[in-house]
Amino acid sequence: MNESVRSERTRLAVAGARSVTLGLSRQPQLDVAKGNAFLALLLLAMSIALLGLALLLIDAFVDGSGRFGLSLFTEKASSLPANAGFQDAILGTLWVIGGVIVFCVPIGVGAALYLEEYAAKERWWNRLIEVNIQNLAAVPSIVYGILGLAFIVRGPFDLGFIVLAGSLTLTLLVLPTVIIAAREAIRAVPDSIRQGSLALGATRWQTIRRQVLPAAVPGVMTGVILAVSRAIGESAPLLLLGAATFVTANPTSPFTDGYTTLPVQIFNFFARAQEDYIQLAAAGIIVMLIVLLAMNSFAIWLRNRYEQRW
Amino acid sequence: MPSRLEAPSRRLGEKAIQGLLALCAAISVATTTAIVISLLGPSLSFFGEVPIGDFLFGTEWSPALQPQSFGVLPIVVGTLSVTLWGLLFAIPIGLLSAIYLSEYARPRVRKTLKPMLEVLAGIPTVAIGFFAFSFITPALQDVWPGFLGDEPNIFNALAAALAIGLLIVPIIASISEDAMSAVPDGLREGAYAMGATRMKVALRVIFPAALSGIVASIVLGVSRAVGETMVVLMAAGATPNLTFNPVESIEAMTAYIAITGTGDIATGTIEYNTIFAVGLLLFVSTLVMNLISIRLVRKYREVYE
Repeated sequence: MNESVRSERTRLAVAGARSVTLGLSRQPQLDVAKGNAFLALLLLAMSIALLGLALLLIDAFVDGSGRFGLSLFTEKASSLPANAGFQDAILGTLWVIGGVIVFCVPIGVGAALYLEEYAAKERWWNRLIEVNIQNLAAVPSIVYGILGLAFIVRGPFDLGFIVLAGSLTLTLLVLPTVIIAAREAIRAVPDSIRQGSLALGATRWQTIRRQVLPAAVPGVMTGVILAVSRAIGESAPLLLLGAATFVTANPTSPFTDGYTTLPVQIFNFFARAQEDYIQLAAAGIIVMLIVLLAMNSFAIWLRNRYEQRW
Repeated sequence: MPSRLEAPSRRLGEKAIQGLLALCAAISVATTTAIVISLLGPSLSFFGEVPIGDFLFGTEWSPALQPQSFGVLPIVVGTLSVTLWGLLFAIPIGLLSAIYLSEYARPRVRKTLKPMLEVLAGIPTVAIGFFAFSFITPALQDVWPGFLGDEPNIFNALAAALAIGLLIVPIIASISEDAMSAVPDGLREGAYAMGATRMKVALRVIFPAALSGIVASIVLGVSRAVGETMVVLMAAGATPNLTFNPVESIEAMTAYIAITGTGDIATGTIEYNTIFAVGLLLFVSTLVMNLISIRLVRKYREVYE
């Protein structure tokens, strides 16, 4: 511990002690009352946050339950709200997300392995990569939409408004999340395991491949599930990538031109501003929330189940 | 790191794998570069036609109507208004929740409440935008007291702000809670030993000790609020409006990009280029905030770990 850290702590401790001694005091009952009022305030704040979550879920269920049913999965978009469903949108989401998983897992884990196992922390380019990833995690999603539009749909890649362009854009969007989670999982594997493996004559890659990666799998999986569920719910960038156009055909490959995804279709139905369509949008939100809550719970369960203390 | 323990290897495969992994990491840098390039190109041709001063300080935004006008202030103020009102809601709720989780909640309570906040953080923004429009706005209109003036418009900044506030509460709460939990117990125990009450420990010892993390969480929350698209698109409207009045309909920068980018506009027109100019402004402002917050988080990690 260096000098400045110690003095910082000392300063805080002294300030705390001083304010306590000054206030020690005169009215202990008042202190108790203030403490209770403060705790009540904390509980109030916590419950407002949770109440918001509860209201959001209840509102979607109340608005959408009348429309919720099997027809959501068997019908496609239609100009008649009574005949409309989400089949094409759900398939679109599956295709897009399938692509995201294929790209983001190897790249994300690869980048995390490089940063944790190979990169020398004191090199400026490695620090640059690190700060860069942290920043990318907080870049607005609509900016990724602009990137996808200018670089992938048009520009250098020139793929057009196809499913693959959506997959690639969303991959870039969730990569930082995957990398950060994978790094944490890899960092949690103790060095003694690596040293043991290296001492037995394994090469660096053999050590990573046979020791580090298997031990880090649950943590990596948790990160991937959370990132993928973020990609499933993401709609803003896809609006710029052509997913907002009205289509009534199911996508059949990563190269399908003209597709939509579940959240984008929810937005489209919402934007028509008719009672029936808004109800349909709410029903779509129910479907999406059920899928995402299931995925999130699975991720949290996985983390608690396999959380390893070394 | 055990890197120095290793004998120099002549295996080419090892080097190749290292190169491949480095390439994966380099993709992130390439992404940032691509973002900058894709924003800069069209923005430069935009600023070739519209003087940058007129763009930044003009008070009339109507790129699609004749006569065209490219003063970005109305949509910047729209974004700021939503962010400001949202923070007024999210900062107290988020920080008080963080203090509760870190200093008061029993471990079991914390273990149930934290995942619930994570679930809130994982709700898709399209669902939150829907909630803002279909629940918050009608609720506000119902309870709006007369002395506050006109009741909220069907599209209004306040509903979007509250919904965005709900969205950033988990961000503020979880990062602040991290920072507070990282404060060494010695500080708490010292204060208790001097006879401090729990509230005093929380407010006068833990809170100041975790300040850099708390500020980081707020800055990150601001950055998130500024960049949020779906909620402002669905609940705040599409009327460029130079006002901080929360009951009026406004247009935020992100909503402008989404609306214009969705429509059928030809590449290379000045209207198409406005998307990139506004996007550049958005990227630069969130970049600054993100870098500040990354710095601050690093600071509290360095002090206590």
